[in-house]
Amino acid sequence: MRKLLFGLPLMAFIALGIVFYQQLGKDTEYMPSALIGKQVPDFQLIDLSSNTVTTNEALPDTPYLMNFWATWCPSCSAEHAYLGELAEQGVNIVGIDYKDETEAAKKWLAERGNPYSMVLTDEMGHFGVDMGITGAPETFVISGDGVVLYRHQGVVNAEVWKTLKGYMQR
Amino acid sequence: MRYLHWLVLMIGVVVSLGTTANEIREFESPTLEQRYYALIEELRCPKCQNQNLEDSNAGIAVDLRGQVYEMIIAGQTDQQIIDYMVARYGEFVLYRPAHKQSTLLLWYGPFALLFIGAGIFVLIMMRNRRTAKELDG
Repeated sequence: MRKLLFGLPLMAFIALGIVFYQQLGKDTEYMPSALIGKQVPDFQLIDLSSNTVTTNEALPDTPYLMNFWATWCPSCSAEHAYLGELAEQGVNIVGIDYKDETEAAKKWLAERGNPYSMVLTDEMGHFGVDMGITGAPETFVISGDGVVLYRHQGVVNAEVWKTLKGYMQR
Repeated sequence: MRYLHWLVLMIGVVVSLGTTANEIREFESPTLEQRYYALIEELRCPKCQNQNLEDSNAGIAVDLRGQVYEMIIAGQTDQQIIDYMVARYGEFVLYRPAHKQSTLLLWYGPFALLFIGAGIFVLIMMRNRRTAKELDG
């Protein structure tokens, strides 16, 4: 009985060790989206190219990526080329120009190429808040019937695409 | 006397350092103002690990402060505003998580530990007293 009592701190130490070890390497910034499994919120946004008011009805009816980007965002610049590659492979990407200036956005797309099937401008960032984004870039996988399947915060690259692809095929 | 204007300038700098650089808001009544500050103090900035909306200068925190303000002016209740934030950013934004099964340990765990600790303390005290008596006798 006494020996067991002395062993207690060691056992507690091991148990805590296991708990802490499992937390190691986890991204502390990671936050699951509150919108997973829910419909894309209703919106009325201006289409960048046609300059007309666009609603949810214009969204694709097959799985697609929704990418929040902006010309002021350095990480968006980093992922732009890779988004171009994905678009070439036939991935449908809807761009949301988040809290940006229309002219700057048009210039950016003209200079670097346009990977988006359509670009909607969220000038005030209200749609971004409705989607629960905390900054740019953020990329959502959305199903053909408009349900949010997955959210990735930060740059999309080949490694991230592996995960996104898995959700697109569901 | 020569240095007086420098002194005034220094005081000005020091005083302005202490205040937050948040937006200036106008309210119809002090109650609304109080509710605004209570809410932005209690809601956590979704971009930051350990800052509330009031403390954070992250772009999203500025936007959400604006949103809270708009909703208060529009006559929404505190609960409506909190529900709005939770619907978009999840329970992460609550510095006071809801009482429910998944947060049971969080809310009552410390009291359980305190109770166990107190129990062990009493047990040890009683045993020590008994040993002391046996030694006396």
